[in-house]
Amino acid sequence: MKRFQYIRANELKPACIEGSSKGAAFIGGGTNLIDLMKFEIETPIKLVDITQLELKQIESTPEGGLRIGALVTNSDLAANPTVIANYPVLSRAILAGASGQLRNKATTGGNFLQRTRCFYFYQTDSACNKREPGTGCSAIDGENRELAILGTSEHCIAQHPSDMAVAMRLLDATLETQKADGTTRSIEIKDFYQLPGDTPHIETVLEPGELITHVVLPPPIKGMHTYDKVRDRASYAFALVSCAAVIDVDAEGTLSTVRLAFGGIGSQPWRNEAVEASLEGSKGSVPDIVKAANILLKEAQGHGKNDFKIALTRRLLKQIIERALAAKDA
Amino acid sequence: MTTLTLNINNKPYQFEDLDPRTTILDLCRHQLKITGPKKGCDHGQCGACTILINGQRVNSCLSLAVMHEGDEITTIEGIGLPETLSDLQKAFRDNDAFQCGYCTPGQICSATALIEEVKQNWPSYVTEDLTQPNALMAHEIAERMSGNICRCSAYPNIIKAITEVLEKQIQQNQPLQTEVQVDSSNSALSSAVTGIWSPPPSEAQLKSPPAKTDQPSNTANPSTANRSQLTGVNS
Repeated sequence: MKRFQYIRANELKPACIEGSSKGAAFIGGGTNLIDLMKFEIETPIKLVDITQLELKQIESTPEGGLRIGALVTNSDLAANPTVIANYPVLSRAILAGASGQLRNKATTGGNFLQRTRCFYFYQTDSACNKREPGTGCSAIDGENRELAILGTSEHCIAQHPSDMAVAMRLLDATLETQKADGTTRSIEIKDFYQLPGDTPHIETVLEPGELITHVVLPPPIKGMHTYDKVRDRASYAFALVSCAAVIDVDAEGTLSTVRLAFGGIGSQPWRNEAVEASLEGSKGSVPDIVKAANILLKEAQGHGKNDFKIALTRRLLKQIIERALAAKDA
Repeated sequence: MTTLTLNINNKPYQFEDLDPRTTILDLCRHQLKITGPKKGCDHGQCGACTILINGQRVNSCLSLAVMHEGDEITTIEGIGLPETLSDLQKAFRDNDAFQCGYCTPGQICSATALIEEVKQNWPSYVTEDLTQPNALMAHEIAERMSGNICRCSAYPNIIKAITEVLEKQIQQNQPLQTEVQVDSSNSALSSAVTGIWSPPPSEAQLKSPPAKTDQPSNTANPSTANRSQLTGVNS
């Protein structure tokens, strides 16, 4: 690990000022950052410890939603009674990720900023445009079984690893941030991540020193809340394909609400509202599902070893829709 | 010169100008000769280094010592020594819940915190009704312990040992269990899944009655996607 200067921040504003200096990084849970620092993939010269900041509350909003402090741990968020009652898809998604130990450290804000688990990103003697811009992508013709099929570019096919962020994308979360000059802004999650294009090392719209302070959820959505995760072992593995879903079925058996977001297949938490629109108002028959899957996967591109994700995504979508219909029938 | 004070196993330790790169794991093992926490992978993947910070289990290999001033740090040595074994330590011994023993300190620290999590009614990914986790089920314990790898694969006996202690402690903690709010519309949901590596929910379970309220339904999630059902929409 490279040497760094350690600074413990006690106030938000000085934290953002420290964090905006060249080569500085914020540290919260550190479960991803410290790991990357050990590999010298991340080499901050200054580490700004934000864990003492007052960003650990979960509170209701006047609009009927929820405002979550960025330092609320993944464990606390998943076990929060309000989250369980009103946003079970979020609890399910968080609990699908990592291990009990990691969820105890990992924070809500940090979870959005997890780096990819692409092998070549971690393997520092390989070419990787995300780690070292301009060196090329070893994954496109390499071991790409885990990697993305949507939102990729000829420069990077890395997948976004988060489960939590997939549920946040489905729930239309808004990220509140503060910058070094003290100004704040609200960023809708749909605008938060950037496609890799020819700058895969730039992953979000955050500026240097801009800190996620809170995450705001709109009022809850009625329906069956689920998070399915297909992976190589039953627990403690990243998704091959995952899907956060909120689905409601009316008395006539029509899909009245369909919200879907996917993990493991995209360069960012993946949602396509046209897929939802195509299913809403339908009976969720196999042709309806095929049509929706075709919309979702129209631009999907496999790179050999991850071709299977295209079929797997279609099948997972069918299973979820049919489960929601069956649950309503029972 | 900066002085860092850490509270480890109820003892204060002072360090002058500690290199901020030092993890709690390395600090314990190299400087304090507290060698219970083991360095397995050093990347948060194996759980051998699991310790408790303020009662919660974490990977000490991913914890910088400088970030934990004022926190209560507990290693396996703080849970019990040979003459003062904790219930879990005794249960691991009595159930033969290890072979080489390298992962055991981490397993026991992890299980110690798991029991507290259960008392606080924390759900897991395999919990069917998030408001009513039944952590005594083998697949619940397996899921909750998945952050601790055992290369000897002593998992069946690890689960036995934890179940034994958990049962006892839950009985002593009845109030915590009965305080759980039960949504009667979901009460028909019960899981019959047994066995260590549980199968995904059956068709019958998936057809359990949905919530009949305007609230989001937190039940009827599959514990894992059933691959055998993932067929039939190729076009």
